[in-house]
Order: sequence, then structure tokens, then C-alpha cells
Amino acid sequence: MKEINMDYGAAGPVDPRVFEAMQPFFINYFGNPSSGHDLGDKPREALAEAREKVAVLLGALPEEIIFTSSASESNNAALKGIAAAGKNKGNHIISSSIEHFSVLNPLKTLQKNGYEITLLPVDKFGLVDPHQLREAITPETILISIMTANPEIGTIQPIRDLALIAKEKEIPFHTDATAAIGFVPFNVDDNGVDLLTMSGDQFYGPKGSAVLYVRRRTRILPFVEGGIQEKGRRAGTENVPAIVGLGEASRLAAEEMEVRSKKLSQIRDKLRTSLFESIPHIYLNGHPTHRLPQNLHIAVEFIEGEAMLMRLAMAGIFVSSGSTCTSQALKSSHVLAATGLSTELAQGSLLFSFGKDNTEDDVPYVTEQLSEITTLLRQMSPLYQKYLKEGNM
Amino acid sequence: MPIYNDEVMEHFKAPRNVGEIADADGVGEVGNPTCGDMMKFTIKVKDNRLEDVKYLTFGCGAAIAVSSMVSEMAMGKTIEEALKITNKDVAEKLGGLPPNKLHCSNLGADALHKAIENYQEKTEGKE
Repeated sequence: MKEINMDYGAAGPVDPRVFEAMQPFFINYFGNPSSGHDLGDKPREALAEAREKVAVLLGALPEEIIFTSSASESNNAALKGIAAAGKNKGNHIISSSIEHFSVLNPLKTLQKNGYEITLLPVDKFGLVDPHQLREAITPETILISIMTANPEIGTIQPIRDLALIAKEKEIPFHTDATAAIGFVPFNVDDNGVDLLTMSGDQFYGPKGSAVLYVRRRTRILPFVEGGIQEKGRRAGTENVPAIVGLGEASRLAAEEMEVRSKKLSQIRDKLRTSLFESIPHIYLNGHPTHRLPQNLHIAVEFIEGEAMLMRLAMAGIFVSSGSTCTSQALKSSHVLAATGLSTELAQGSLLFSFGKDNTEDDVPYVTEQLSEITTLLRQMSPLYQKYLKEGNM
Repeated sequence: MPIYNDEVMEHFKAPRNVGEIADADGVGEVGNPTCGDMMKFTIKVKDNRLEDVKYLTFGCGAAIAVSSMVSEMAMGKTIEEALKITNKDVAEKLGGLPPNKLHCSNLGADALHKAIENYQEKTEGKE
């Protein structure tokens, strides 16, 4: 059976060119970049090269790039590191209600430790309002963290406007750009951000390869303490193969992003049109235009996400859902709730995240399968049967 | 390792006895869409036996498989026998469910029992 992965947000394959670049660093050039002898030479050189490639992708300086193990680590390091460094200046942090759990949970921990946290609401499209950010700032505010793009509903924030407000008040601005980097051009200077989280596995780099960008002269305390790797800002022997992979993935992204994203947005728009033409009672989540090229998010009324997801998997189509039942924590998506979507509709949410092996030719098959599955599940849905009898509830 | 075993998948792929009995003798509804699962069982009773059992289910894979299994287990049973079907029996008959899906199996037997109770309430006094 043909397999169509439309769950790239969860995982995508490593680009073969990235894999090739990584290979020598497992067996041939296994050395420790910190070693003072010959074995460290090649890995040290590779590390510097990778740092340069990531810096080019972000428009940053190489010394502003800190390699980490995951976007979750980068987010933790940014929030806890800035909070600790700014402790004497104030205790207030502003973020948004649709952040990833690797931002929200560290903020909860900080709150338990005496920090004040403000989570800004979003509108129905998932956008943060710059005016509300401005109003939320107090003399105690020491950090603002707003994500560049939401991985679930795909909405892209006006980061430049938001960061400008932070700059006026001289407050460090962090952005979790994990879902955006590699898909939309992002320059740290143009956008005026001080810290940025990104992860290589989102754009065909290996898992376990991520970055925290920290603008020079930003005061931050290290999250992982130990040796002097990453200039003492992140201890632990460098994962050289992963970092080399991340560097190569960044180089390829910088070169190919325009072509890649154009293709992805065409698939996205074609599938959207096709689904809305074929299936009644479905809704688009996220912003209609300010959205990631690789993201389509819909809510299918009267049926539940996991059942759809399982039936799509039986047809070889892999997607994701924000329903209660698909989450291990058995909670429906906090992102959808923040946009004001009813829990009932959130149960029927489906997330398509596209990647390099998808083509426009996948669209008719996916539409046909989802259309059949929707009909079948609605036939056995008490909510749909009630709707047919009574009309709109 | 797949999330669900073969027995659960079998019922999910081809759920038995789906539907709603129009002139049902008993109706039982449990859950709500907000919590993620909702089941509606309708039964037809003849000579103290469940002559027909049907259901409509809004929910995940486990919820659908559980509904299907409950309907199969209850079909043709006497009222007393059907009332003895426990949530645990259903989960066992399905060869087990993932721990975080066990609450789905609780809904299945509950919905069936509610339908039977509804039947008993309606017939009480008539006999």
C-alpha cells in the first residue's frame, strides 16, 4: 500500500545529503572537539562550520549560536536562564496561551518559584495582539516569549511588531521558532529578537539537533552546567554528528527554502480547496493567510479525531489530531481552546503537516479517503444522527 | 508496537450492530462530546431476552471497539445476564486496552445497562 506521510510535524526523514554529511563523524572522525590533540581537529572544524551555516540561515553571528539537544531544551534554557539572570531586575514574564508545553511548563515551574506569569490570549485565528502585549508590560517584566509560528494551527505571529515593543522597553524577547525555521525566511536582526529556539529535525536534519540563538550581550545563566563547551553556556560533549547534520540541513534550507515552501503551500492550498469542496461541516483552524506553508488544520464536525486518524492510517495516510483521545494526557488541545474553538469541534480536529515527499498528486486520494471515512463515522455518530433529525444544535 | 491489539482493531475496522433501533424498548446514553466519547445504545426486548442491540458512538478507536464488543456480548442474552456484563469483562474480551483507554470500556457496559434500566422503568407497572 502506498504510504503518504502528512505528519511531518511529528517526524520527517533526514535528507540523504544531510545523512551523508553526518556519516564520517560516527566512526572516522569520532574525536572530542575539546581534545588538544589531532583527534579533536576534524570534529572541531566541523563544529565551527556547522555553526557558521546555522548563523547564515538566521542572519546571526556564529558565536550567538548555542547547540542543544532539542527545542524543548532550548526553550527551557531560554526561559529559566533569562529568569535567573534577571532575578534582581524583576520577576514578571509575558508569554502566550498557545505556546508549546516546553514553554508553558517551565513557566509553571517559574511561577511556583515566585515569578509572575502573564499568558496573552489570542484571537480566533491564533494571533497575539501587539496592543495587549504593550499593556501587559510592567516595570517588573524581564522577559517576553512569543512563538514565531504555531505548529498545530500554523498561525504566524507578527514577531517584528511584538519584538519592537520589547525593544522599546529594553526587555529581552525570545521566540520559539521551531515550526517556522526552514519553511519561512527568518532573520534575527530584521525581526529584532534576542533569543530564538529552532530544531533541525523539523527540516530534514537529525533528531537531537537543536539551537538556542542568544544575541550577544544578552544576560543569561547556563541551563546545563558543567564543562566549558559552547563557551560555558551549555555543558556536555557536543553531539558532533547531529550538529554536522543540523549545519548541512540549515545550508540546504537557506538555499532551497523558497522552492520548497512554494511547493508545500501549493499542496496545502490544493488540499484545502479539495476537502472543503468534498466534505460538508468542516472548518479551517488557524489564520487563512498568515500561516505556515506546510500546515493545514481542520475541524470535522460530529466525529472524533483518533477514529479518523486510525482509519486514515488504514488507508496509508498519516496525520495528527488535537482530540482528547489522541493525547496521552487525555486533554484536548490547549491551542484550539485558546482560539475559542468548542471542545466538541476540537475533538474532530485533524492536522496535516506536509513535507518533501508529498506532492499535489496525493490530494485526490487523501480527499477521497477522508470523505469516505467522514461519511462512515458520521453514520455511526449519535451527534450527526441527532443533527439530521433536529437540525443545528 | 501498535497501540491497539488485533482484536480491538478487528472490531474498530468492522464494527458490529451499528445503528439505532427506531422503536426501541430501551435507550441508554452516556458520555458527552466534550470529554471525547459518547455512546447511545438502543435495545429491543422479547421474552426477557435482548432480541436486538444497536449503538451509535462518537469517540476514539477504543470507544468504537468497545461498543461493538458490548453489542456482541449482549445480543440474545437475558436481561439478568446482560446486566452482569461488567466493564472489566468487555476489556478482557477485547484482549485488553491501553491503560489510558480503559475509561472507554467503562462507558460501553454503562450505556448498555442504562438502556436496560430505561426498558425496566418503562415496563414497570405494566406487568
